[in-house]
Amino acid sequence: MNGAQDMGGMMGFGPVAAEPDEPVFHADWERRAFALTLAMAVPGGWNIDQSRAARESLNPAQYLAKSYYEIWIAGLEKLMAERGLVTPEEIESGKALQPAKAGANVLEAARVESALARGRPTERPPVAPQRLKVGDRVLARNMHPLGHTRLPRYVRGHLGAITHVHGAHVLPDSHATGGGENPQWLYTVRFEAQELWGEAADPSASVSVDAWESYLEPV
Amino acid sequence: MHDEHDHDHDHGSHLTDMELRVRALESVLLEKGYVDPKALDLLIESYETRIGPHNGARVVAKAWADPDYKARLLADASSAIAELGYTGRQGEHMVALENTDEVHNLVVCTLCSCYPWPVLGLPPVWYKSAPYRSRAVLDPRAVLAEFGVSLPPHKEIKVWDSTAEIRYLVLPQRPAGAEAWREDELSRLVTRDSMIGTGLAKSPSEVS
Repeated sequence: MNGAQDMGGMMGFGPVAAEPDEPVFHADWERRAFALTLAMAVPGGWNIDQSRAARESLNPAQYLAKSYYEIWIAGLEKLMAERGLVTPEEIESGKALQPAKAGANVLEAARVESALARGRPTERPPVAPQRLKVGDRVLARNMHPLGHTRLPRYVRGHLGAITHVHGAHVLPDSHATGGGENPQWLYTVRFEAQELWGEAADPSASVSVDAWESYLEPV
Repeated sequence: MHDEHDHDHDHGSHLTDMELRVRALESVLLEKGYVDPKALDLLIESYETRIGPHNGARVVAKAWADPDYKARLLADASSAIAELGYTGRQGEHMVALENTDEVHNLVVCTLCSCYPWPVLGLPPVWYKSAPYRSRAVLDPRAVLAEFGVSLPPHKEIKVWDSTAEIRYLVLPQRPAGAEAWREDELSRLVTRDSMIGTGLAKSPSEVS
């Protein structure tokens, strides 16, 4: 989706404002928002691509007006409501108004450390031959899917070259819609800055993105 | 994506809308039995103490001190970083990027906030913010200048946009003047920003 999250190349946001000795969280509610979001993925059963898609589905004006953890909370509320876990009315009232969903798993404290240490690897056994190799020239497809994708707008329609092959990985585009993992070959593609931004761009700069095979066409 | 300081007034006695909303949400989730309060505390504590840029600094210092480790790190970063016990969430598939006299690497996530948690912890606000995400790919030299990093004009800049689940750790250049330093001393020269690419490692005179 061509949403507000796809920021590469936008202008007008001003300089980067780094904060000296920045704390991990800036308010107690941010701590709770972070922990609740991680913990609720267990009873919720959603994956990282569904989480990202929920955040990106915010109206662009809302997305840009919200702080980072405000976006997380909006995404979490949407995911929970879609699955019948918590309704907006319950959040408004701060009280359970209907029974908990039966059979929901809970992230127990004893499992936190091992769950974090394990993570959720996305590499899978390949289900198709590798069609591209290091050094190949490729075109990032000019595609504008209505759903979640990880091909940023600023590379679409531009020529690059494969620099790394990462094996087959879960495809976000289908994973985000519950359409399955559909693993595809994942490549790093390098684009020269002048190919992306025109001849005024820095001749000694490049931008690399990680792109699934279906995002690319050999040239 | 404005700075939270613009609208958070949690130093006073009243609570912000977000403080109230997240408290209400947590109450509902506890009442429904979906979350274990001890698990929430443990998640927060993990990223406020145990998991942070001090982990990445150990990786970098070891790579500076031990050429064999550096070779393993550049060949297979996930395994080399796991040797030090750093694995898992948001660092499942790691790649290390070596800064040299010829090349400077800079990491961004234009689409969200992808960042190598096991070695750097949670990202700072600026990394997740629109100014950085929009311009790191468009004008990296100007962004670096805003961080006080001015590179020679000919030096190649490689920007890495974290669009998949590959997570990038920059291996900064080892500063001169610390040739005799041990690994644990070297780690004091490694800043978080130097491992993102928006900074350089400190010189020995800055920490001694």
